Amino acid sequence: MTALALPTREWLRPKPSALPGFGLTLGFALSYLALIVLIPLAVLVWRASGLGLSGLWTVATTPRVRAALETSFYLSFAAALVNAFFGLVIAWILTRYRFPGRTVLDAMVDLPFALPTAVAGIALAAIYASNGWVGSIVEAVTGLKIAFTPRGIFVALVFIGLPFVVRTVQPVLMDLDREVEEASATLGASRLQTVLRVILPALVPAVLTGFALAFARAVGEYGSVIFIAGNMPFISEIAPLLIIVQLEEFNYTGATAIATVMLSISFLSLLAINLIQSWSRRRFGDV
Amino acid sequence: MTGIAVRGVAKDFAGTRALDGIDLDIRPGELLALLGPSGSGKTTLLRSIAGLEPLTAGTIHFGGEDATGLRVQDRKAGFVFQHYALFRHMTVAENIAYGLTVRPRAERPARHEILRRVEDLLDLVQLPGIGKRFPGQLSGGQRQRVALARALAVEPRVLLLDEPFGALDAQVRKDLRRWLRDIHQRTGHTTVFVTHDQEEAVELADRVAILNRGRVEQVGSPDEVLDHPANAFVAGFVGQAVRLDVTVAEGRVRADAIELGAAPAGIPDGAASLFLRTGDIAVVRSGGTTSGVVTAITRSAASRRLEIRLSDDLPAVEAEVSLDQQVARGERVALTIRADRLFPATR
Repeated sequence: MTALALPTREWLRPKPSALPGFGLTLGFALSYLALIVLIPLAVLVWRASGLGLSGLWTVATTPRVRAALETSFYLSFAAALVNAFFGLVIAWILTRYRFPGRTVLDAMVDLPFALPTAVAGIALAAIYASNGWVGSIVEAVTGLKIAFTPRGIFVALVFIGLPFVVRTVQPVLMDLDREVEEASATLGASRLQTVLRVILPALVPAVLTGFALAFARAVGEYGSVIFIAGNMPFISEIAPLLIIVQLEEFNYTGATAIATVMLSISFLSLLAINLIQSWSRRRFGDV
Repeated sequence: MTGIAVRGVAKDFAGTRALDGIDLDIRPGELLALLGPSGSGKTTLLRSIAGLEPLTAGTIHFGGEDATGLRVQDRKAGFVFQHYALFRHMTVAENIAYGLTVRPRAERPARHEILRRVEDLLDLVQLPGIGKRFPGQLSGGQRQRVALARALAVEPRVLLLDEPFGALDAQVRKDLRRWLRDIHQRTGHTTVFVTHDQEEAVELADRVAILNRGRVEQVGSPDEVLDHPANAFVAGFVGQAVRLDVTVAEGRVRADAIELGAAPAGIPDGAASLFLRTGDIAVVRSGGTTSGVVTAITRSAASRRLEIRLSDDLPAVEAEVSLDQQVARGERVALTIRADRLFPATR
C-alpha cells in the first residue's frame, strides 16, 4: 500500500542489520523519485515562482480560477466518497460470495483503468445526455440534467476512481480471519454488529488508501471529464481544463500558477489522508 | 451446570463425511478432551456443538434443551480458537467486554458493572492491569488467556476450546495446562477441548473421547483409555506405543519367528497387532523371554531410554532403565515382554 513513510528519529542511523542494502536502496529510491517526480515538479514551481507568492495568490483567486478549483476538488472529494462506499460493497461481494459471472464482474472492475479516458468520457456523455438511455430516464423522473453539468463531471470521476477502492480493499477482506467473525457470533453479536464492530474497523486503513488514490486520480483527471462536463466557465469547468486553456493562449505563467496551486492543495490533502491512515493503522491493527 | 448430549451427529463436507454418527454424553461440570489425529473430525464436532457448523444429521442437547436448531448467537457456548481470534483494533478490556456490550440495551449490564466484570476476569486469568493494551502487544500465552476471559465474560453454559495451546511453545503450554485445570476447578464450567496431543489430553481431562475418521472409538477416564484401550486404534494412538505385527499360536505371541511371551486369555490364534510401551519391556540380568540389541541410548532427567531391535525386520522398541543400570550401545540384552495390549488383526 502507498503509505507515505513518516520520518522518525531512527532513520538517520539505521541499526546494523543482517540484511544490508539500506544505503543502496535509499540512494536508488531518492534518485529515481527525483528524476521522475521531484525535478519535473520543481521546474513547475520554479516557472510559477516568476509571479511570486502574491502573483500566485492573484491568479488563484481570480473568480474563474477559483470556481474551477472548487469544482475540481469538491467533486473529486464527493466522487471519492461515493467510490469508498460502493467500492467497499463491490469488494465485499467479490470476495465473500461465489456466484456465476463473478470472475467476469471482477475483471470488469479494472476496465476504467484500461479504457482511454476520452472514450469513457464520450460513452458516458452519450448515455447520460438528455436524449441518452440513462440521462433521459433520470431527467424524466427527477427533472435533473446529468451530462454537461457538474453532475456529469461527478459521474465521470466516480467512473474512473472505482477500481482504486475495490482493489485496495479486496485483498484485505480476503485475508480477514474468518475466526474473528465466528468469535463475534459465539459471543452473541448479531451479524450487523459483527460487520459494524469487527469487520469494518479492520478495513478502515484499506478504505482510506483507496479513497486517497481515487481522490488523487479524480483531481488530475482530464480526458473523460471534458467530454461530459460541458465546460462552462464558473459552472462546469475543471482546473485541469483551465490549465490547457491557458497553455493554448501561450500563457505559460498562468498555467503553471494554477498547476502549482492544484499541486499544493493535492499534496496537503494527500498528506492529511496519509496522517489519518497511519493513525488508523496504529489504532485498528496491522499489528 | 449444563451437560451436553450429542446424538447421531453426522456432518458432510462436499461429499466427504467428517462426522459419522457421533454419540457422546458430556457430563455437567466435567473437563472432557476430544483427542484424535488430524482429520478425525474432532474440531468439526466441537464447532458443531458451538453451532458454527450446521449438522447433516443428529441432535445436540444442552442440559435437556434441544440446541440443534439454535443459532450460534443464542447457544451461549463460549468458544476459544487456536489462533485466539482476538479483535485487534480493540483493547484487551474492550475485547473481554465485547460479549456484554453487544447485548440489547435491556439485557446489557451497566457500564461500571461491565468494567468491574472485566477487572475480575483479568484477575481470574492472572493478567491484572493489562486492560488498556492491544492484543498485538501481548505474547501468545497472554492472548490465549485474554481469549478465555472474553469467552467467560458472557457466562457461557459450556466452554469449548479448539486446540487452545496448539500455537504456543512447550513451556507456555505446560503452564497454561495447569492454569486451565485451576480455572476449571474454580469456575466449574462444562468444558470440552480439542487436542491432538495425547499427553495433554490425559494430563488435563477428567475423561477423554478418542475420535478416528468421524467416529468415537472410546470414551473414558485417562486410566481407562491408557490401561484398557478398547481397540487397536486407541492402543496405537495413546501411550506412545510401538506396533508389532505378530501371530498368536497356542497362547504364545511370536513376531518374525521370535517368541515374545504369553498371550492374554481370549485372543484367538492367528494374526494380531501388539502395542508395546516402554513400561511393557523390562531389561533383565538373565533369563528373559527374548533378547535384543541396543541401538541407541537417550538420556532423560530421571532415567535412560533404550532403543532396542528384536530383529532386523521388526521396528525398534523402547525400554526405560534406571540410571544405575549399565548398558552399552550394541550390547545384546535379555528382555521380558508383557504382551497385554494385543488385538486380533482386522481385515
